[in-house]
Amino acid sequence: MLLALILALGGTMFLQKAYTPKLGLDLAGGTTVTLTPVTQNNASPPEEILDRAVNIIRDRVNGTGISDAEVAKSGDNIIISIPGVGQNEAIKLVATTAELRFRQVLAVAATQAPQDLATNAPTPSGSASPSAGTSTSPTAQPSTQPSSQPSTSQSITTPSASPTGKALSSALTAPTPASSAPAQGAADPTAKPAATQKTGQDGKTQTGQDGKTTQTGQDGKQQEQGGKKGQEAKTSPSAKASPSAQPSTPPAQDPNAGIDTTGIDPAVLEQFNKLDCSNPANRGQGVQDDPAKQYAACETDGSFKYVLDVAKVVGTDIDTASAGVRQGTTEWVVQLDFKSKGAGEWGKLTTTAYNSPEPRNMVAVVLDGVVITAPVIQSPIPGGRAEITGGFDQLSATNLADQLKYGALPLKFNRSSVDTVSSTLGQDQLEGGLIAGVIGLGLVVLYCLLYYRGLGIVAVLSLVVATIITYTAVVVLGHNAGFRLSLPHIIGLVVSIGITADSFIVYFERIRDEMKEGRRTLRAAVEVAWVRARRTILIADAVMFIAAIVLYFLAVGGVAGFAFAMGLTTLIDIVVVFLFTKPFIALLAKMKFFAKGHPLSGLDAERMSETSSTGRTTTPQEA
Amino acid sequence: MGLARRLYRGEIDVDFVGKWRLWYSLSGLLLAVSLAGLLFNGLNLGVEFKGGTIFSFKATQTTVQEVRESVLDEGVHQVIVQQAGTDGWRATTESLSEDTRAQVQSAIAKDFNVPVDQVSIQAIGPSWGGEVSQKAWIGLGVFMLAIILYLSMAFEPKMALAAIVALVHDLVITAGIYAWSGFEVTPATLLGFLTILGYSLYDAVVVFDMIKEVTAKLGHTSKQTYSMAANNALNHTLIRSLNTSLVAILPVAAILFIGTTVLGAGTLKDLSLSLFVGMIVGTYSSLCVATPLLVTLKEREPKYQAIARRLASTGGGKGSKGSKSAAVAKS
Repeated sequence: MLLALILALGGTMFLQKAYTPKLGLDLAGGTTVTLTPVTQNNASPPEEILDRAVNIIRDRVNGTGISDAEVAKSGDNIIISIPGVGQNEAIKLVATTAELRFRQVLAVAATQAPQDLATNAPTPSGSASPSAGTSTSPTAQPSTQPSSQPSTSQSITTPSASPTGKALSSALTAPTPASSAPAQGAADPTAKPAATQKTGQDGKTQTGQDGKTTQTGQDGKQQEQGGKKGQEAKTSPSAKASPSAQPSTPPAQDPNAGIDTTGIDPAVLEQFNKLDCSNPANRGQGVQDDPAKQYAACETDGSFKYVLDVAKVVGTDIDTASAGVRQGTTEWVVQLDFKSKGAGEWGKLTTTAYNSPEPRNMVAVVLDGVVITAPVIQSPIPGGRAEITGGFDQLSATNLADQLKYGALPLKFNRSSVDTVSSTLGQDQLEGGLIAGVIGLGLVVLYCLLYYRGLGIVAVLSLVVATIITYTAVVVLGHNAGFRLSLPHIIGLVVSIGITADSFIVYFERIRDEMKEGRRTLRAAVEVAWVRARRTILIADAVMFIAAIVLYFLAVGGVAGFAFAMGLTTLIDIVVVFLFTKPFIALLAKMKFFAKGHPLSGLDAERMSETSSTGRTTTPQEA
Repeated sequence: MGLARRLYRGEIDVDFVGKWRLWYSLSGLLLAVSLAGLLFNGLNLGVEFKGGTIFSFKATQTTVQEVRESVLDEGVHQVIVQQAGTDGWRATTESLSEDTRAQVQSAIAKDFNVPVDQVSIQAIGPSWGGEVSQKAWIGLGVFMLAIILYLSMAFEPKMALAAIVALVHDLVITAGIYAWSGFEVTPATLLGFLTILGYSLYDAVVVFDMIKEVTAKLGHTSKQTYSMAANNALNHTLIRSLNTSLVAILPVAAILFIGTTVLGAGTLKDLSLSLFVGMIVGTYSSLCVATPLLVTLKEREPKYQAIARRLASTGGGKGSKGSKSAAVAKS
């Protein structure tokens, strides 16, 4: 079994062609990013806000793996050092720095970029493409296509059918799924006519000069809504009713057609009209959204653009967010918990949205000026808990949860420099540490052999086995879990020699006790001593392990990595003692050399029990 | 052979428990001195906790060692030298006064042949600032609670209490040594402290396990008081304690030796020093603080008081003489 473990770890190592551990910032250097806050009229941001930003960034960076990133303030700037060269993933994550905001959707439109979208269409949601292709399914997509395609290839509606799958498939519910489906069903019939009516009126005033009828615009919008509802149909059958409006008039060229502009700031509307989400430049960094103003934004993948209401709930209102699989299904969901103040606001926001006509029943999650998701509110959500469902896989759910959890950065930053830096530690320190480690190990081996003689060989071999397992484990973890060795880890591992050796010593002393107490055979002594030593070793290791777990989960940065190394060596200690040391000693006990208590075996019964001539008490020397 | 031979045979018989007054006063004194040190001297915190100054400049044809020496020559205590990009250099020091800053700046300019205004100075905040330290404290608190709970279940609440007191004792004294000596506290030092936590508990657990085993046999007719039995158990595991401490300290001592003599200041020294000090204090405390404290707590229980009274009246002896009869009883 032990062999299997070593082979498995070694095998993984060879398969991944990774023979050396990944090293931390102090040993291997890394990437340093300097972030400069962007403020109005270049004023310094308040100290406490900067501090909060530092902490959030630290959480984000260290959330990416078991590595020790450093985050420090430098004047108004924030300097982040991440171990390893070219850590693009981490830098990207850190660079997504705007505050997270929840805004009610006021209007929505698909982007006019058919080529772009056509290629993307099947990917966003598996469920979207089949339903679009088959006319047997009573969803919106089939009806949308015939109505729009004849008119023009550049129409709004063509692309809208497929990409909708992604945005639309998401929905926000309170964690109890049972209540949401009926609520959805009830909402639909009432919401729809209202929307149609309003759109019609407003569309007229806005689009008259274009010579398009309001009906068209409405239609385009309607179809899109249909698409949305169609997706939802998976969960709530009543939603299928929505694609009822099917008049096939030429599609709108005017962007505002079909949009209910009530309550939308004209300036924002104009912005919305100009917004070209097919251009990636419009949906990345550099957009600052003012929470107190309405705002026009793109979806992250550019498939939609939105007019959004003022931010009622912000990232700091979120307590935690996590990704998980809903019980009894294979569906990935993102769970959200709000803080008490946020919970109240959130309840109000969802109630407003729920009571609004489409598309205003959606609440957009805006991060860094871009809509990362815009789920439909399926019921008012009081109590501060919410669940976003639909179209997630593990990766996208986890990503969204991370963005929600760590997304509450209070400041906007520019990356002013990205540098590759050398290790903070001289090569001499690493070499010195390794040399010292070897010397230390040598002394330990020497001592074990002198004191325990024959048994010392067992101890030394056990240490060798432990070293092999540790090395391979560190290499494998480095390549799969982002574990990076820093000098403190190395020293920690060297020190763990002492703890590993402690297990052997506890066991050896027990065996010697048994021998002294006059057990006839070594084999019996080995077994009896094992039962007692095992208990002690397990309790002691449990203490170490508890320490490691607590420190890992509660501490940050370097401490977490260190705790991880500590927990790892404790586990390895147990594995080695149970699967190697004990069987090995049992095997030796059958050999004459040990069983007969040869003077060099370390189990020389005579030498151990020989009565001493002097009974003087002496103060022991403390190491 | 003397001591070594008796140790090897397990014949050593030291009255750790009986001398509790000595240990308590010694530990009390050490604690008082340590607390005074922490209070009046404070800890010498490193750049990671206090923030510092970064000097950056461009220079070809130089080494980390040269830059480090150039900066250290100006009366700076700690410096981390890094190469940034191809020929950019970055030297991070502790927070410096206006004067020292200018001094270092001109020294760098002179040593590496760059114009003074090309050596930029930046003040950085602590990377291990308030939040990190706060989390570390919370972690420590939760850790102690978890350990108390676990040891209360695996052993008994009194043992858990004794072990935690010994642990706090180790931490305070180690911190006190740092405060008085002015050794620098860096994240590496903290990690050293954390290792001590685990290590000190490990040691105490092994001793307590033995005490539990030995004292479980104590009954109405027993010839031993709790303190005798505990002392007996302690002596029983003494060789193990000394052996394991030695085995753990040997590598640390080697690292400390190389770290201080060959390399001078650095992570290596910070870490091994705190480990070295902590381990010695930890070994002392598990023998001389944790066990006597446990005995003090246990001897108050009626059951063990009864045994002690009975033995006292029959002349079985207690206190310092107890251990001798304990040893006899054992063999």
